[in-house]
Formats: sequence, structure tokens, C-alpha cells
Amino acid sequence: MEPILEMRGITKSFPGVKALDDVNLKVARGEIHALVGENGAGKSTLMKVLSGVYPHGSYQGEIFFEGRPVAFSGIADSEKIGIIIIHQELALVPLLSIAENIFLGNEIAKGSVIDWPETNARTERLLKKVGLRESPSTRVDTLGVGKQQLVEIAKALSKEVKLLILDEPTAALQENDSQKLLDLLLEFKAQGISSILISHKLNEVNRVADTITVLRDGRTVSTLDCGAEEISEEHIIRDMVGRDMAHRYPERTPKIGETLLEVTNWNVWHPLQSDRQMIRDVSLRVAAGEVVGIAGLMGSGRTEFAMSLFGRSYGRNISGTVKLRGKEIDVSTVNRAIANGLAYVTEDRKALGLILEENVLRNTTLANLMRVAKSGVIDNAEERQVAERYRRALGVRTPTVFQKVMNLSGGNQQKVVLAKWLFTEPEVLILDEPTRGIDVGAKFEIYSIINELAGQGKGVLMISSEMPELLGMCDRIYVMNEGAIAGELAGSEASQEKIMSMIVRSKSNV
Amino acid sequence: MSELSARQRKTAEPLGETKAEGAVSSIGSHLQTHVREYGMLIALVVIMGFFQVVTDGTLMRPVNLTNLILQNSYIVIMALGMLLVIVAGHIDLSVGSVAGFVGAVAAVMLVQYDISPLGVIPACLLLGILIGAAQGYWIAYWRIPSFIVTLAGMLVFRGLTLWVLAGQSVGPFPRSFQLLSTGFIPDVFGVGRPNITAILLGAITAAVLVFMAMRNRQRHTKYGMEGEPFAFFVAKNGLIAAAIIFLSYLLATYRGFPNVLITMAVLTVIYTFVTNSTTIGRRIYALGGNEKAAKLSGIRTERLTFLTFANMGMLAALAGLIFAARLNTATPKAGVGFELDVIAAVFIGGASMSGGVGKITGAVVGAFIMGVMNNGMSILGIGIDYQQVIKGLVLLAAVIFDVYNKNKAA
Repeated sequence: MEPILEMRGITKSFPGVKALDDVNLKVARGEIHALVGENGAGKSTLMKVLSGVYPHGSYQGEIFFEGRPVAFSGIADSEKIGIIIIHQELALVPLLSIAENIFLGNEIAKGSVIDWPETNARTERLLKKVGLRESPSTRVDTLGVGKQQLVEIAKALSKEVKLLILDEPTAALQENDSQKLLDLLLEFKAQGISSILISHKLNEVNRVADTITVLRDGRTVSTLDCGAEEISEEHIIRDMVGRDMAHRYPERTPKIGETLLEVTNWNVWHPLQSDRQMIRDVSLRVAAGEVVGIAGLMGSGRTEFAMSLFGRSYGRNISGTVKLRGKEIDVSTVNRAIANGLAYVTEDRKALGLILEENVLRNTTLANLMRVAKSGVIDNAEERQVAERYRRALGVRTPTVFQKVMNLSGGNQQKVVLAKWLFTEPEVLILDEPTRGIDVGAKFEIYSIINELAGQGKGVLMISSEMPELLGMCDRIYVMNEGAIAGELAGSEASQEKIMSMIVRSKSNV
Repeated sequence: MSELSARQRKTAEPLGETKAEGAVSSIGSHLQTHVREYGMLIALVVIMGFFQVVTDGTLMRPVNLTNLILQNSYIVIMALGMLLVIVAGHIDLSVGSVAGFVGAVAAVMLVQYDISPLGVIPACLLLGILIGAAQGYWIAYWRIPSFIVTLAGMLVFRGLTLWVLAGQSVGPFPRSFQLLSTGFIPDVFGVGRPNITAILLGAITAAVLVFMAMRNRQRHTKYGMEGEPFAFFVAKNGLIAAAIIFLSYLLATYRGFPNVLITMAVLTVIYTFVTNSTTIGRRIYALGGNEKAAKLSGIRTERLTFLTFANMGMLAALAGLIFAARLNTATPKAGVGFELDVIAAVFIGGASMSGGVGKITGAVVGAFIMGVMNNGMSILGIGIDYQQVIKGLVLLAAVIFDVYNKNKAA
């Protein structure tokens, strides 16, 4: 079939680095083309070249769209001919309505007066197309991430899209929302809209993609045709990382000791709506050397549970007891929780985990500054040694510990967060989505670190929305739904089906 | 475990090379990466040079230099506190009014109640702390935006100043109180010009600075940190030492070091130390950089915000006392518009509006840039109208320079 898009020999350099080196990409009309690669492989740069963020002339190579050479000087140019990109960070205005967002900058107006009936009618048609049942006047900030994503897509559809580019659309989505989104892509395909899907989740890629292009270190490594043969995930990973990764989850022989953390009858109410119970009688335990998972859908209360446990950082009217090695401990403030051996690696490392403007060193010591200080004065030499030690131990890839963490990749940022918490010498670590948005190679390293910690006799409580990850890593998995524990599975007997069925069954009981 | 460390070793190798490259950075690339740090210092020197020329040397005349220090002291002192407030992610609009109010209270206590300066000064500093704490309470624990709380404070204390003074100027003050501002360090080597004590103090300061810089550099190399190129290090410290000794000499040929210079210098040293080397300083930067992350790292962010404002109140009070002592009278107009000069000084000095970024030395240099311009333009007889315009443009230019550099780096 005639390609709708062809990018030939794209080379883009930044001072000191060649981000793209002779990259070729050919997207056939009406196909779903997956673009995969580790972080830093050049996917985003390539899409920025395509959408005109990097204007014509700032790169070498040629772009053909529908057979004609094109040269964009800005994102408006590419949108005009039907190339629309939906970024990982959604670009919606939270305080405006769905309709206002969809037609933002593109208002349906007579003169400069907005035609609301027409706007709303068109919005409703678009929402129907993407399968979102909301009123056009609903404010965007009242929607969940999944629904916001759909609003973005509706916005793209409002502009006569021919080629839709989705950058990690499901990174923040729950399993069922992701499925819906992927089904939508398949539907678009049937309508003749081509799309480029950038994703780290290979099972999704495999499900929907017709062709997969793998990028590595700014070069096209391979183009795989999914129609001709079944492409295994291992095959894709091998192309991505350039090495064979026999095991996606490192081996560990569990040495499970005494019970470390024991939470009983944990109850939490919503911080603002006082009649809304968020966590209901949650009881769980974590033993030394054990990796325990918490599975559940988005909004099942996993993060709320972890945050309320960690110094009451979420919710009010919190009740329940927390024991460490059988002795009740005080976790009523973050300081006390830390002092009593808890650490919490947050789900959102940029917003809650790191001081992005500060360097690796300062982020590493932040939660335990007293350890590198004498009567309030920081010992620079000591601090530096600590930072270097953790940098080496966790393999943080940075030229020096004086690098600002905002300049590190996601995987390395996550290692810095881990370093910060390891420096507090916790007994139990709560890891909330520890591998979200980081590439396959870095994931493996994080898993190895987790295993190492368990090997040292620490307890690990791991919250994750990626079920394969929980199945691959955990000795035991709790399934959480609607703020309560729906069940518990031994790692050896757990499967995605069992977890899902526990969630579904507990729902029907309510 | 061994597998993990093997992987790490593999990835660590190429990084070792990049680090080695970084350590032998040339003077040019060093200047480029630290352009913001030195930029404003260079700007200050250029501005001083410019006014020195256009005022036919009046700017650097010992009398004028002394005057410049006296005129600027209260702005510098408040800029120290304001830097912390702004780094913490807040703003304090009330400092001018608070300074005026405290000056008024001090005047009434001294003149109408005849209380000794030894009682008045600590009482007024305490008053400042209480005012700062009262505002900080609402900001830190009730999460009311600092802009609003301190805007209210600005109005309230302006009004209270009028009320305390009953609309009149109150003065003059006892000689011992005036010394706070207009006193000079006496020459212990006999009364004379030049003032040998001042020259000695200047020389000692320069020596101590050079010594500390050398020790710091030694430590840095010992731990393999990237330092300045050696030639640059020598040139920079040589110039700074020479400048200090030269300025001390100029001051010595008049009446020596004013007391406020000492106050100012000591406070600058203390606050530089606090921001660079103490846990509390580090935590203020973390708080301003990312409050939520700081909180989840066990930092008591509310208390820290509260203390930052209490500290600001104390420094505003001290500035108010010094200003009143200098004028030898407390007027209802005292402190009007100070907050704008102080905030401008901090931003010219490179602090970020969004918090988490800024340096004490930057704020002090920023304050002196404003001060030299005020002084120089007054000598030239430029009208207050043009002065405001020029100051505004300088503030804007400094921040644009900042943003430009940031964009270029990114």
C-alpha cells in the first residue's frame, strides 16, 4: 500500500550528541505503526521532527506526507495537513469544560462570538466517537486520566486527523482503560486513520500494531511486520536493548524471615468529603526478605493506603495499628514513620519524589540530612561520600553527583529516589509504581535492586498496575479493590486471570 | 547480586571519561557555565566604573563611599531575609511597613518614654520577630498565600506607623542610639587619617577570604570535585582581595569603617553559612524546590516556612532601627517602597520567582547594584522620574538575562 508518511534519512544533532542518526520510518495508510525503543532511543525527538516542533532546516533528511515532500516550520503547519500528536503529558486546561478544551484555539464562532449550540452538538458527536459518556460541559479536572486521554483524542478528531501520534498513551492508564483506548485505535484503523503508537508496554504493541519500528541509540534497528509472523516480545526486547534478555525479572531465591510490618484494621476517610471512606479495614503483613505486591485497579485505594500509612500524608480520621517486629510503632508524622523504619517511594517521582532543580547529591541525602551533619552543619565531605556510595550501589548513570536530577532519564531519576530512601536505612520499603514510565533496561535494574534489598532482609511492599511485573517479582500478592483487600495470593499460584477475577468478584459483592 | 554489580561496572566506565573531561575545563567554558554567578558581579563592577567616570570620580570618593554603605545597609539586611523567603517559594511585601513601624515604636520608646537603647533595641527586634511570626502563622499553617497575608501586613503596619507617631516625626534620638548607624569603628592606633584599624580589618578580611577559598579548593580537589581552572581561581581571588583592601583604604581615609558595615558583613557571613552549610538552609531550598517532595522526605515544611517569616520580621525590624538611627528621627514615611527595592535586589541577584533557587551573595550584589545606581544617578542630578524608569529596566534586564541563559542551556 502507498505509505501515508515516509521519513528518510532523518539526522538531528544537539550540541555534543546525535539524537537521531539516519532514521527511516515508513507508515502505510491505515495502519497502526508502533514505535518502540528504550528511553533516550530517539522516539520523542523523531516525533518532534515530524510534528514541526523542530522546524525544517534544524535537521537533515526528508519527510514525505501522502507522497508530497513537506517542510514544517511549526506545529501548526503539521496540524493543518492532519498530523496530530498527543503527548504523554496531557495538554488540557483543567478548569475548562470538555467542549471548551476540544475547540480551544479552533472555536466555532461567528465573528468572535462562540456558537455554543453548535459547539456542544459537535462535541457530543465527537465524544460518542471515542466512547466517552460525559456531558460536553463537564469540567476536565473532574475526569480521571483515562477519560482525559479520550478528550484529547476527541480533540484530535475535531481537526480532521489523518495521522494520529500517541506518545505513551497508556502509561498512566489502568488495564481496562488501556484496553478501551487500544480498541479505539483499532476502530480508527477501520475508518482509515493511520496512527503511530509509542509505547513501552510490549503486550499492547503486539496486540494492535501492524508494523513495529525499533529505535536504538538514535538509529532504526529493525522494522518488524506483525502481519507476516508472530513477533515475540523477547524478539522486540532483544532489538531494543541490543542484547538478549533471557529473563525480564531477575532470579531470586526468597529467604523469608520473621514478620516485619503488620498493619491491622486500617481505615481512612477522604480528606475533604468526610463521609467518604477510602480505605476499609485493610490488614496486611510483610516479612523480612519478602516482596509483597498490591494489585488493583486505578482508584482502588492502593496509593491512598500507602500515603496514609506513611505519616498520615493522605486522608483524615485514620485508625488502625501498625506493628514492626510485633511492637506497635508511631507513624503519625513522616518523621516518625521514617524513624520507625518505613520508607515510601512515591508513584509520581517528579511531583512528589524529587527536587528537580537540585543535584543528585542533595536529593540523595534529603530525607536523612542529620546523618551527614553535626549539630546542624552539613559535612560536605561526608555527604559527598554518601552520595557517591549510593550512586555506585544503584548504578545511577550521571557524569557527577552534582548533575541536576532534571537532566537524568526516568530510570536514573527513580534510582536517585531509591537512593534517598535507602539512605534512611528503612526496614520496610513501600514502592508505589516503581517502574512507571521507565524503559526495559532500567526496569531490570530496578528489579535487581528490589531483589537485592529483599536479600538483605528488608521487607518490600510493591504497588503496581502492571500485573506481569507483580507476578514476576512478588512472593505474595494482595488484591485491593474499592479500598479493601479483596484477596491474597501466593506468588507461585497467582495469575492475571485470578487477580482480575478477585477484583470482579469483590465488586459484585458490594 | 554479583550480576547487578557487573552490569553497573560496565555502564560506569564510559562515564569515568566524561568526568575526567569535565575536571580540566578551560577558563572559557568555566565562565560559560557560571555566567549567572559572575555576571552580576561583573555588572556591579561595570556599573561602578561607569558612574565613577561620568561623575568625575565622585562615586568612589571616601565620603560618598561611606554614604553609599549607610544608604544601602538596610536594603542589604532585608535582602538577606527576603532571599530566604523567596527561596522558600514565598514573598514578603510588608517589610517596608514593618521597618517603618518598628522604627516608630523605637522612637516613641526612646523619646517619649526615655527608655535606654540597650532595652529598646532587643525589644524592637523581638517585636519584629513577633510580627514576622504572626504573618508566617497564617501563611504556613493556614496556607493563605503569602502575597495576600503580607499585602495585608503592608497596609496594617503602614497604618500603625501613622498611629504610633500620631502623624508626626519623632526625634532626635540619644547619641548612643544613633551610633547603630552613624557610628564608626574607632582607630585603636591613635586618631588618624588614614584609619589604620580599618585598613588592618580590610587586610585581615581579605586574607581570611583567600585562605578559606584555598582550603575549599584543596578539599574539592581531594574529593575529585570539579573546580575552577587554577589561573581563574588565582585571578578571581586576587581581584577580590585587592578590591577589599582598596575599598578599606578609601574608607580609612575618611572616618574608617561604619558600624553598619560590620553589622552587614557579619550578617552576610552568617546567612551565607546558613544557606550553604546547614541542614536548615538546605531544607529551605528543598521546600522551595518541591514542597510536596520535601514534606514526604520528613521535612516539617510548615514550621520551616513559619521560621523563615519570623526571621524576615527580625531583619525588617533591624533595618527599621538602622534607618531611624541614620535619619535621627522616625517619620511616618519611613520605609515606604523599601519592599520593592529589597525584592528587586533579590531577583537581580538571580533568585527564582518559583522558589528553590537563589544565593545570599547574589542578593547582596543585587542590593549594591540598586544602591550604586541610586547613588550615582542622584550625584548626576537625574530626576527621581528617570531613576525609577532606569531601575525598573535594570530589574527586567537582569531577569531576562537569567531566562535567556536558562533557555540556552536547555
